[in-house]
Amino acid sequence: MEHIGRERFEYIGENAKEREAISRPSLTFMQDAMRRLVKNKVALVCGVILVLMIIASIAAPMICPFDFREQHYGHTNAPMMTVCDQQDSAGAGHVHIFGTDTLGRDMFSRVWMGGRVSLTIAIVSAIIDFFLGVLYGGISGYFGGTTDIIMMRILEIINGIPYLIIVILLMMILTPGMGTIIVAYSLVGWIPMARLVRGQVVALKEQEFISAAEALGAKPSRIIIKHLLPNTLSVVIVRITLSIPSAIFSEAYLSYVGLGVPLPMCSWGSLAQAGIENFRVYPSQLMIPAICISLTMLAFNMLGDGMRDAFDPKLRR
Amino acid sequence: MLKYTLKRLGYAVLTLLVLITLTFFMMRMLPGDPFLGDKTVTGAALENMKAKYGLDKPVIVQYFIYLGNCVRGDLGTSITYNKDVMDIISEAFLVSADLGIRALIFAVIAGILLGMVAAVKRGSAWDSLSMFIAMIGVSVPSFIMGALFQYFLGLQLRKLLGFALFPIQGWGDFSKTILPSFALGLGSLATVSRLMRTSMLDVLNQDYIKTAKAKGLSQTKIIIRHTVRNAIMPVLTILGPTVASVLTGTFVIESIFNIPGLGKYFVMSIKDLDYTMISGTTVFYGALLILCTLVVDLLYGFIDPRVKLEG
Repeated sequence: MEHIGRERFEYIGENAKEREAISRPSLTFMQDAMRRLVKNKVALVCGVILVLMIIASIAAPMICPFDFREQHYGHTNAPMMTVCDQQDSAGAGHVHIFGTDTLGRDMFSRVWMGGRVSLTIAIVSAIIDFFLGVLYGGISGYFGGTTDIIMMRILEIINGIPYLIIVILLMMILTPGMGTIIVAYSLVGWIPMARLVRGQVVALKEQEFISAAEALGAKPSRIIIKHLLPNTLSVVIVRITLSIPSAIFSEAYLSYVGLGVPLPMCSWGSLAQAGIENFRVYPSQLMIPAICISLTMLAFNMLGDGMRDAFDPKLRR
Repeated sequence: MLKYTLKRLGYAVLTLLVLITLTFFMMRMLPGDPFLGDKTVTGAALENMKAKYGLDKPVIVQYFIYLGNCVRGDLGTSITYNKDVMDIISEAFLVSADLGIRALIFAVIAGILLGMVAAVKRGSAWDSLSMFIAMIGVSVPSFIMGALFQYFLGLQLRKLLGFALFPIQGWGDFSKTILPSFALGLGSLATVSRLMRTSMLDVLNQDYIKTAKAKGLSQTKIIIRHTVRNAIMPVLTILGPTVASVLTGTFVIESIFNIPGLGKYFVMSIKDLDYTMISGTTVFYGALLILCTLVVDLLYGFIDPRVKLEG
């Protein structure tokens, strides 16, 4: 065996900086979750679909040559990709991409106008649910004891009443409109969120960092807002994503029952409802809004699932 | 067990009371009144009519009268049909219940079976199928599903076969019940099958399944004796909400398939501003759903003894 002499090694001194350096860039929890989310192909595709849906709803009615209320009596119920020869569009080569409806209105601009209404209702009510639910759940969970018991009993009673019945009753009292649907849905939609946040807060408040904050004299409002809620955020974001499809469904359902947005406004629900009336002859009038509703609900659901996996890899199956 | 039962019962009664109160006051706050469009009824005749329906008394008195009547099962007289609301409900509800029960049986049995197969043969074509059905079920609203069924399985299939395999309208024969029950049950089937799959996978990973395998039990016996019994618990908990979603789904499915059930009356009474009919149906549906949830809760406490300890 060859002898390796000491002289063949060179002592280059300590490099404290390098020794203590972190070899990989540090990631916050959110960055880490986003990285995992982007790796998930299905969730990514769903996210792209949703972004496209939102962009189309915002942009399409602006660039479409037809107004969503404009009627073309010359070609009612036109099939898809009909070249328009009516009014000012004659000779301009304007195309009804999705055809026209029974009153000769351009389906393409109607679908995206409907998208604006449906998506606004869904997203705004999800945000309201978020605030109400987080506030109620946070207070109930943090204070515990009698407050918790009373608040949870109230919640349990409201929860026992089927929500669509409450929404229908509310829709009848309030004047019809987009705001009404949002109010009616939000009044009952926050309950699952409140339960979720309460559960999280109850588990979190026993941890040391909360005791530390209390020992330092932080007020309950500060503890809830600064310490407890940020820690529940990942679960809450997933819940918001999953509550949006249920808001879209409720809007569509209400439109079908006849309590949706008032005319001349349209939503995906009211378009589907109108489509159902004559889909036996013109199936595309039902198919297009149906695909929009289903695709959006599906994309939000899958994105929500993907986010849950990203935020909590242990849950993954 | 007694304490748990009483507690659940107390909640159910309270919830029902809140529902009745809400319904009553919301009905009073509605714009318009039932005699508004009727120009022939004026003066003394109008007063008589109001007295007949009890609309002349103070609201709070009306409320307590209403509450008392609800307890006795008297939901008033429908203003548009001039018939006892309870009579209309008991007549029309049979049809709705028939449809709902068919949909529920379909959703629960098919959902459990699909979830079981998907979990046992994880990654197989069955698993993909259950995934696909679950995706469709959560993303397509039941009324759109109904219309699509009518178009593809009703009209297009008739063109293809030359005769109608699935009639798309009306109620009565067995063949007429197939499409509406499928359309109504599909959403719940999706939920049930996903939940069943997850909880089966959970149970299959437990140590006692390994023990059962090690002592030489056959696969069938392991699944039937050890897995399904434990895996079915979470599915039972969602039966309450499932009943609720199926029942509210009947409103739209009935009008699409032209089925003379209670849902159709409900939607029509909303348009007619028929106070008593709306409140009657609401209270009836609410009570029914609260009862279903109560039964499911009690059943759950009965089957899974751990629940009682928390009660």
